[in-house]
Amino acid sequence: MENKLSGFGLDPTGVERRTFLEEGESSPKQSLYSLSLSASLYLACFHLLSLKLGFILLLLSIYKMDLDLSAPHSTGTTIIGVTYNGGVVLGADSRTSTGMYVANRASDKITELTDNVYVCRSGSAADTQVISDYVRYFLHQHTIQLGQPATVKVAANLVRLLSYQNKNMLQAGVIVGGWDKYEGGQIYSVPLGGTILRQPFSIGGSGSSYLYGFFDQAWKEDMTHEEAEQLVVKAASLAMARDGASGGVVRTVTINAEGVTRKFYGGDTLPLWHDELEPTNSLLDLLSSSVPEPMST
Amino acid sequence: MGRMTELPTKGGFSFDLCTRNDMLLKNGLQMPPFRKTGTTIVGLVFQDGVVLGADTRATEGPIVADKNFEKIHFMAPNIYCCGAGTAADTEAVTDMVSSQLQLHRYATGRESRVVTALTLLKSHLFSYQGHVSAALVLGGFDVTGPHLHTVYPHGSTDTLPFATMGSGSLAAMSVFESKYREGLTREEGIELVAEAICAGIFNDLGSGSNVDVCVITEGKTEYLRNYQLPNPRTYISSKGYTFVKGQTEVLSTKITSIQPKVEAVEGGDAMEE
Repeated sequence: MENKLSGFGLDPTGVERRTFLEEGESSPKQSLYSLSLSASLYLACFHLLSLKLGFILLLLSIYKMDLDLSAPHSTGTTIIGVTYNGGVVLGADSRTSTGMYVANRASDKITELTDNVYVCRSGSAADTQVISDYVRYFLHQHTIQLGQPATVKVAANLVRLLSYQNKNMLQAGVIVGGWDKYEGGQIYSVPLGGTILRQPFSIGGSGSSYLYGFFDQAWKEDMTHEEAEQLVVKAASLAMARDGASGGVVRTVTINAEGVTRKFYGGDTLPLWHDELEPTNSLLDLLSSSVPEPMST
Repeated sequence: MGRMTELPTKGGFSFDLCTRNDMLLKNGLQMPPFRKTGTTIVGLVFQDGVVLGADTRATEGPIVADKNFEKIHFMAPNIYCCGAGTAADTEAVTDMVSSQLQLHRYATGRESRVVTALTLLKSHLFSYQGHVSAALVLGGFDVTGPHLHTVYPHGSTDTLPFATMGSGSLAAMSVFESKYREGLTREEGIELVAEAICAGIFNDLGSGSNVDVCVITEGKTEYLRNYQLPNPRTYISSKGYTFVKGQTEVLSTKITSIQPKVEAVEGGDAMEE
């Protein structure tokens, strides 16, 4: 186990207020008050996460226990986020694997941070769940203090701060997407290492390797909601066909001015690609008398 | 004043014996293998609540350390937790969270919720980065309804209608995947759980012995310890076992009478506050 403390060398007083004023930032409404709140949250989360984890890991690195544990629970995954005229569509597969075994074939990788901001998670399941929990907590406080819904940029930056400060210990690649009244629909990509990058669309996870060419060809600006949703579902099912670590069902979340809509696409509704066959004589159909309804979340 | 200032007691782990352990290992000591629960643990949600199941074999390397080990741990009157992995870790973490839940019940005056237990478990396991080897199936019935969760050693959790964990999880999952459906009755749920555990018992070397079942419904929990005993001792000598005196050879005899070292004083001072 490598020394995991080197991520704590950052001087908390070197808070860069500038980081919340990125290029393209033009809204005059983002007051200094909300910036300073974000900065104080930054300090809080730095101390909260790093001190607790740092102390425990210091103890563990001194007393190394060589345990043969099963592989950590990770989301092999394909995650996608696209903007359209009016909002964003986030999509993901549903496979969570532990080594070569599928631990959960119907997991929900699109997690709520606030009413108007959701995050697609990939990488270590434990790390991304903990990050989402922390950010949801910070954003809740921030919303109360600010007096209005949090912006997508603040949510994405909170994720990025946790990811960057603890980059030696975390394995989390996420896509933050949402809608706010200042900038409309936005997608922010926060891959391993803690970069933050605003993009019109973003893909992530092990299955994304198979989608770069597809999106280069199929993406266009200013799509309608239906077009965007179809694009996301098609892309996810293409990646699931080729990536062993992705599979199951496709879940999508649409966020726009009206609110949030969740959709579920079962395996049998997805299109079949090259060399994929229709299931025939499936025991699942023969044994069960009726087709069970999908679980409602 | 010449008074020695008392140092406050330091909490946390004491590393004093680590150098001794290293020396022993260098001198060729074989560390005892820790007791693991090879295990098959399962849970499923049926129409009125949750059914949890577990086998009862605890192993120490290739040896069966305990043939009737309880793997379904009490968390709250309405919440139980099955544990797989290192036995000490599952016992300790479930005991700890059970105590925390009780204190929380006293503080809030309410019945414990499954998500509370879940959050306590996952934050503890995450902060130990997977070194606390406890893989758990947590199930219960609270005011918000029946819940079933799996918790992994690194601190991630899943919420599922049916779940299996442990070395026998693949065998048990195959039973669930073919026979589970929504809206099972209590009898069907218990039968399915018992079948899944038996699949683990008979097809996985790390699981064995008996089937424990726990049924949690609104307001009522039934812990059916040893619900099925599919592995009885096949041969028991009808004559019984006798140990005749003289079968063991006596090499030498030494008799030491116990000397009283303390003089008891009759009628001492009465106890005072």
